[in-house]
Amino acid sequence: MSFNRIREKLSILADAAKYDVSCASSGGKRANSKKGLGNNTGTGICHSYTEDGRCVSLLKILLTNHCIFDCAYCVTRKSNDIKRAAFKIQEVVDLTINFYRRNYIEGLFLSSGIFKNSDYTMERLVAVARKLRLEENFNGYIHLKSIPGASDDLMREAGLYADRLSVNIEIPTVSGLQLLAPDKKHEDFIKPMQKVKNEIIQYKAERKIIKSTPRYAPAGQSTQMIIGATGETDRDIMYSAAYYYKKFDMRRVYYSGYIPVITDTRLPSLQTEVPVLRENRLYQTDWLMRFYGFSINELLNDQHKNLELDVDPKLSWALRNLEFFPVDINKADKRTLSRIPGVGMQSVSKILQARRFRRLDWIHLKAIGISFNRAKYFITCNSKDYFHKDFNPILLKSKILKTSKSKYTKHFSNQLSLFS
Amino acid sequence: MNPQVILVYDGSFDGFLTCIFTIYEQKIINPIIKKESETNNQLFTISETIITDEAKSKRVWKGLKAKISSFQQQLFFKTFLSEIKGVENTLLSFVINIFSRQDSKHIDYSNKNILKISQVAKMVGREKHRMEAFVRFKQTKDEIYVATVEPDFNVLPLIISHFKDRYADQKWLIYDIKRSYGIYYNLLKVDIVTLDFFSKLNTSIKKDNYADQELDFQHLWRTYFENVNIKSRKNSKLHMQHLPRRYWKYLIEKNDI
Repeated sequence: MSFNRIREKLSILADAAKYDVSCASSGGKRANSKKGLGNNTGTGICHSYTEDGRCVSLLKILLTNHCIFDCAYCVTRKSNDIKRAAFKIQEVVDLTINFYRRNYIEGLFLSSGIFKNSDYTMERLVAVARKLRLEENFNGYIHLKSIPGASDDLMREAGLYADRLSVNIEIPTVSGLQLLAPDKKHEDFIKPMQKVKNEIIQYKAERKIIKSTPRYAPAGQSTQMIIGATGETDRDIMYSAAYYYKKFDMRRVYYSGYIPVITDTRLPSLQTEVPVLRENRLYQTDWLMRFYGFSINELLNDQHKNLELDVDPKLSWALRNLEFFPVDINKADKRTLSRIPGVGMQSVSKILQARRFRRLDWIHLKAIGISFNRAKYFITCNSKDYFHKDFNPILLKSKILKTSKSKYTKHFSNQLSLFS
Repeated sequence: MNPQVILVYDGSFDGFLTCIFTIYEQKIINPIIKKESETNNQLFTISETIITDEAKSKRVWKGLKAKISSFQQQLFFKTFLSEIKGVENTLLSFVINIFSRQDSKHIDYSNKNILKISQVAKMVGREKHRMEAFVRFKQTKDEIYVATVEPDFNVLPLIISHFKDRYADQKWLIYDIKRSYGIYYNLLKVDIVTLDFFSKLNTSIKKDNYADQELDFQHLWRTYFENVNIKSRKNSKLHMQHLPRRYWKYLIEKNDI
């Protein structure tokens, strides 16, 4: 292959694919069969990190950035005057195999602009995956984008080769979608999601009877939402996310702070900063919902439509529900422990194991690694010293903020000045 | 005052377990275990050189395996591989604690030694994971994929199975420059090898020995790495935290080719 031409294509099509934040290579186990190439242990590996601190795990590229759609938020939209390129199927296969053999990557994340129509595009994505699996005996990770509107047959075949499938809904609300992506219909996004969900359910049922049922998308499906492109509240975003988790058994919903790439009157101006802090708070909320036993309406509701930026969402919940505290570290159950600000799930499990041996005091808790600064106000333990007093929420919040240091301080200097 | 006994061993895991065997056999009170490489003569001590005995070490390991979970066995081995000065004595007190207890199913995270072991094992585990991530193979003319590394801890024994499972259809070599040994897979099994070819001054494969397309793919990888970055999200602190500078030397994407 002509090396210079490939290099040019790679620079265009990697650049266009980078706004997809998902780079997970975990969740789908695949053994190396018949002494072929690659495996997937289920844990995922970041082989490198870009200067923006994001994980590089997969070769993340578009098959082409030609696109018939004109979505306002997208760099590759039809009306944007940029260089266009397209990979041949074999070129993507060669790049993937040769990067993989050198231990640069965990696998391939292949997406595409939509050329001609949905099925024509999806067919090509599937062809790459088929070639990797059947001809190259490749067992590394493959993440394919489900093209909105793709037919059920193609989605079925895609799942037989891919570990993960994803459709990005991009705009959390239907009205926002109408404004920014008038060519796309909400139903077109839902259709492949629904198909993948049904296939996974069917696979699980059939596998119980016939062990050799071919595997279907073992790492499940995921989606992504752009944050801050339309005026949606955090509540809109997280309720949407909760809906996709529940309705389509999503493994992950990703939140991507809007990066201004083009001028458009419907969008924030090019000078707008990427809302990294807001993005972070949304991920924290997502985790609380999935791993800490919070239900979404405890964290966001009609009274609290947006997350606080200067404190994390768990602390924010605790400050609104001070009657829940103090929690006795030596007696409380797992669910209760996991609600203490500054105590993560790893600490919870260590506390549960350690307290079988003795009643824990502050020194034990510090050694276990809880975030003492925040947690101390919400805990009682085996000690005469205690920090829990009848503080009111505002006083307590300012006390905690004064003694804590956040890497995001520069992002919330405005809010902080209220207390100084 | 009884003089303190110092047991000196060769630095191998078997040697260390032989020390533990000797301590129980001779009922030595408050011993200190040291590697040959770190001995110095102290007053009021008796130094005894322990000769590695596989039969003895196997007995100790069998005894431990009966008492602790495979997860804890992993922690134990990883902590040993950290090569941190004095780590043998932390492990010894852990062994004494385990052998003296009836029930050892649960981990007592409030015990100082156990917490220390779990913390050190975590550091070693992190280094193992980093090696699985940061190894960069270069294909040579004789079709071997070769990588050189300088891990903080002695983690090559921990990554053998990962690379053997993954790259089952290609010959590969991962060489630890710091410790002067490597692991080599010849399509059948993995061997421990030492080579004169590499040294502290000669840490990488020369370009003359590259396979035909090797340089092309290194360039393509750099191209990819540059284009996947989002400039408006630049976060150098996070970048350095994930990718500490000491690893850059062997990363193709962080060097001029």
